[in-house]
Amino acid sequence: MTARVLTAKVGLDGHDRGVKVVSRALRDAGVEVIYAGLRQTPEMVVEAAIQEDVDAIGVSLHSGAHMTLIPRILELLKERNATDIVVFGGGIIPQDDARELKAMGVVEIFGPGTSLQSIIDFVNHGFKGPVPGAA
Amino acid sequence: MALRRKTARDDWAARYRSGKRAKETATTISGLPVEPLYTPDDLADWSYEEKLGYPGEFPYTRGVYPSMYRGQLWTIRQFAGYGSAEETNRRYKFLLAQGQAGLSVAFDMPTLMGYDSDDHLSEGEVGHCGVAIDSLEDMEMLFRDIRLDQITTSMTINSPAAILYAMYIAVGEREGLKPAQLGGTLQNDILKEYIAQKEYIFPPEPSMRLVVDTIVFAARQMPRWNAVSISGYHIREAGSTATQELAFTLADGMAYVEASIKAGLKVDEFAPRLSFFFDSHMDFFEEIAKFRAARRLWATIMRDKYGARDPKSWMMRFHTQTAGVSLTRQQVENNITRTAYEAMAAVLGGTNSLHTNSMDEVLALPTERAAQIALRTQQVLAHETGVANTIDPLAGSYFIEQLTDEMERGAQRYFDRIDEQGGVLRCIENGFFQREIADAAFEFERKLEANERIIVGVNAYKDGEGGELPTLRIGPETERDQVRRLTALKGRRDNTSVKNRLEALKTAARGSDNLMPPLLDCVKAYATEGEIMAALKEVFGVYREPILF
Repeated sequence: MTARVLTAKVGLDGHDRGVKVVSRALRDAGVEVIYAGLRQTPEMVVEAAIQEDVDAIGVSLHSGAHMTLIPRILELLKERNATDIVVFGGGIIPQDDARELKAMGVVEIFGPGTSLQSIIDFVNHGFKGPVPGAA
Repeated sequence: MALRRKTARDDWAARYRSGKRAKETATTISGLPVEPLYTPDDLADWSYEEKLGYPGEFPYTRGVYPSMYRGQLWTIRQFAGYGSAEETNRRYKFLLAQGQAGLSVAFDMPTLMGYDSDDHLSEGEVGHCGVAIDSLEDMEMLFRDIRLDQITTSMTINSPAAILYAMYIAVGEREGLKPAQLGGTLQNDILKEYIAQKEYIFPPEPSMRLVVDTIVFAARQMPRWNAVSISGYHIREAGSTATQELAFTLADGMAYVEASIKAGLKVDEFAPRLSFFFDSHMDFFEEIAKFRAARRLWATIMRDKYGARDPKSWMMRFHTQTAGVSLTRQQVENNITRTAYEAMAAVLGGTNSLHTNSMDEVLALPTERAAQIALRTQQVLAHETGVANTIDPLAGSYFIEQLTDEMERGAQRYFDRIDEQGGVLRCIENGFFQREIADAAFEFERKLEANERIIVGVNAYKDGEGGELPTLRIGPETERDQVRRLTALKGRRDNTSVKNRLEALKTAARGSDNLMPPLLDCVKAYATEGEIMAALKEVFGVYREPILF
């Protein structure tokens, strides 16, 4: 079965190089990718994820707001009874924060320098960590 | 003689090919093919006078000043800002005490995007990747006890640049300084926001008007001010090649020149104050060639295409920052080495000022320790390596001159393609730049993934991952305190005056007068950045980009 993934830039920064490269790599690997674009709020992301009936949400942040915005996405998914949608992320996220986010329920945080293959494997193997190269 | 040399070269080529270990092909980090050896044959018909000339003279390939670093070292300008204005003010005083000559302000995301700290969209972002500025009150705190006529200040701000510019002028006035006494630079390059960094707010046309208004204001009143820093840095960081960085940046530069001329300025009234900002990436010679080609191209464009007569209009002065994207999370200390090579390329390319990244910026904002190592990297380069002794020391290298010419030709090919599509604004709307950059970024990742390109610690030599580095953390109290200060300000100021001045700004925005005077009125009444941006959005609207990947 083909995985469906919603990718999005959450928060105010516009650094979309990473999310675009990952989105293209996943698409080329046969994953159905919906890229929501820049400056998506947690509300917009969760709404789109439910509407599009995706298996996972991949969010990218470079602005330092990850400890506010990613937990809110998890909360909103809970409120909407949509916790079957897994959340993973990437960007400039310090290791301590990555650990904390994973403890809250984020499946994986991919730091800078993660190979595209490891993200593709992660998606194709049912969004299960740990993945070599991930933070 | 020529024949004998040719034979010798053929002999060498045969010996080279018979060598077992010789690599068939090699390319720069941008994918430009490079030969194993360059000789005088590669510079046939090449003319020293035409291509290089002397430092401080047309076409400025060798540098914009006759004495270059012998006369004055490049300006060490470390970009800094985090948390509150008060904390950043302390970091600035530290940097100035460490020997830095100019300040460079990093604003947080809400400030860059025109939101106040109490906006719901600012939640979790306040003070995180730069300093939070909501009103003139914060700006006064940011520069407290720093004499603005003794330093120059660079402000990395784009969509709301005119507002922060007005605030800086107002702070100067409070210190008793006239605008003409202030020296500095606004980034204020909106075109590269649509192309690469994506911190646009208004649609392109009103955005260009704001940029032109600041250019006109600076040209008439602030002879020491660079109203726009035309930036390739973000284009490169978004994944472009070196040639694309060069071409798109200069294309943007030409768009600003044309818009300013259309607004009624003569080219020599503003062109001397246009400044540029480039990336210095890991491919050493390609970067040096890019910097040299940039100066030569700009000089030629300004003189021959726009008819500038003042030699200062021909001179491209630029700031350089080492490549943030080249930093790796793995074996993070290696980033010190990367930054040092990139800094050396920038200096051998004749940069006028330089920012060296801290090794930990791939993880978070730099700690004071990491920022100090980055600063020391420049000081070691300046005082220990001898690179400042001789001007443009790589000139005449068969390789460097050939590569400089190639960069120039590559940029020219892009100028033609942009012209064919109707210019820079059309190429933004049709997604040309964005597609070119996304394709280059993807190609780079593909090569990395296939091990066609090596990054130490990432896809080779992976042993020896060091321990975790301490990172700078911004606590939630920064946001709470900032919101509290903002609320207090809104209760204290003359709100009727704020309202009237915002109305006057809207009226001016609907017309065609220069917006700097009404903006100055607004900031002096302590109207907040968010309020001013909201007023302008009412008139100008907001931009939505085409989504592609």
